Amino acid sequence: MIWIKIKRVIKTGLKSFARNGSVSVASTLVMTVTLSVITALIFVGALLQSTLQDIKEKVDINVYLENTTTEDQAQSLQKAVKARPEVAEVTYTSAEQALVAFRERHAGNPLIVDALDEVGGNPLEASLNIRANDPSQYQAISDFIAVQNESGENIKGIVKKISYIENKDAIDTLSRIIDSSQRLGFIVALFFIVISILITFNTVRLAIYTSKDEIAVMRLVGASARYIKGPFVIVGILYGLISAIITLVLFYPITYSLGNLTYNLGTGLNVFTYYLTNFMQITAIVVGAGLIFGMISSYMAVRKYIKL
Amino acid sequence: MIHFDNVSKIYSDNTAALDNISLRIEPNEFISIVGQSGAGKTSLIKMILGEEKPTFGAVYFEETDIHALKKSDLNDYRRRIGTVFQDFRLLAHKNVYENIAFAMEAAGRSEEEIAVDVPHVLELVDLSNKLWNFPHQLSGGEKQRVAIARAIVNQPDIIIADEPTGNLDPINTHEIIQILKKINDLGTTVVLTTHNKGVIDSLGRRVVTMENGRVIRDDKSGKYIL
Repeated sequence: MIWIKIKRVIKTGLKSFARNGSVSVASTLVMTVTLSVITALIFVGALLQSTLQDIKEKVDINVYLENTTTEDQAQSLQKAVKARPEVAEVTYTSAEQALVAFRERHAGNPLIVDALDEVGGNPLEASLNIRANDPSQYQAISDFIAVQNESGENIKGIVKKISYIENKDAIDTLSRIIDSSQRLGFIVALFFIVISILITFNTVRLAIYTSKDEIAVMRLVGASARYIKGPFVIVGILYGLISAIITLVLFYPITYSLGNLTYNLGTGLNVFTYYLTNFMQITAIVVGAGLIFGMISSYMAVRKYIKL
Repeated sequence: MIHFDNVSKIYSDNTAALDNISLRIEPNEFISIVGQSGAGKTSLIKMILGEEKPTFGAVYFEETDIHALKKSDLNDYRRRIGTVFQDFRLLAHKNVYENIAFAMEAAGRSEEEIAVDVPHVLELVDLSNKLWNFPHQLSGGEKQRVAIARAIVNQPDIIIADEPTGNLDPINTHEIIQILKKINDLGTTVVLTTHNKGVIDSLGRRVVTMENGRVIRDDKSGKYIL
């Protein structure tokens, strides 16, 4: 019996979707707009994330070591710093490597090369280049190194200078900007999602409003509430599913045409590549959102008109 | 079969749609309820259908208080009543076959039963050739015959016809009344509300006259007197 009912509900839903052609098309289009907004927000989020990550990766601090520091001492400090959970990466550059790099960098500038030769020996220090997981963590790392320099076993007094202390203001400002951008991005996304959902809900409600009298008649011939709601929910699922497919198809040419542009803007992300590599996840989000919106909005709307 | 026990219906603006009605409708009766607009005919019918609750009193179907029924029981109860309205109330997006089949589906009948009963009941109302038409493709009289077919397809205990001929010409009116009489002859109770003097006078059955929410006359084989 229950299977017959399910079969009837699905069949009635499909027929009703096809017969209410213009209402179905309008509702599907509105829901496509909603899902497009959500998909666009996924891309904007990814672009923001990638840009911020790019900026974060450009922020680092250098710890310059005294000339008297031995290789062992430098490696001990490197090990200790690397063990910190907030540290993403530590690279050691010996004084010799620093000199080679410096010469390479200034190979085209004879004035500097001559001056270096004039000084003789190696005026550059060995250093540790540290990248944190998050720019806000440099203070803690810098403090840790300072403590190690004062009381660390075997490595006492080897630190000459920490670049963080000089760049503190710039790093702090940057981490505040990153923080606010993420928060603002989230609020804007939430705002758009809420508005789109409300529009979808209202559209589906209007579509069902046109069936208000029919619902009353169904009630009068003794149809149960569930049997009346069923086909409307099926129609809602169809709205969601079809608009999800349209949205996914639409975003293929859109991301294709914007891919190079977004990459060249310095975001470090090609949206087309992102779309292709994350296709399964994006499909799951868009189809899932479509189904849920369609189902819930139909269910809520029809519930309103089913009265005793 | 149906018993109104001192039923009053008072709306929030203090107007009384029904004023202390006591009325018995017996099995197999053909009862007509007449009265001017606003006399309380529709309120009376809504009470039987469980669409409105009485402010005082109770309405019984056999031994059951209709307004004490749970939602699911109310659905079962409504399947024992067939309804026909002045405005037909067909499902606009379903064709004739589906409109009638819907009432059977709601009652949990099988596909096989539906396939047999729908054409049969359409034959009874002489609409066999309009099986696949949609309501907008039918005349008023045809729509009302579909509504009657839908009302009787589940073999209800009672048919409620609320001004069924209000939108019809005299020929269609006559045909609809003949169909209702035939249904009654086959053993189904019929409750008819109407404004149509000719219909009442030609029936020669029980007539209940209402005025200002009260029953002012109840004649066994009455005429239309206002």
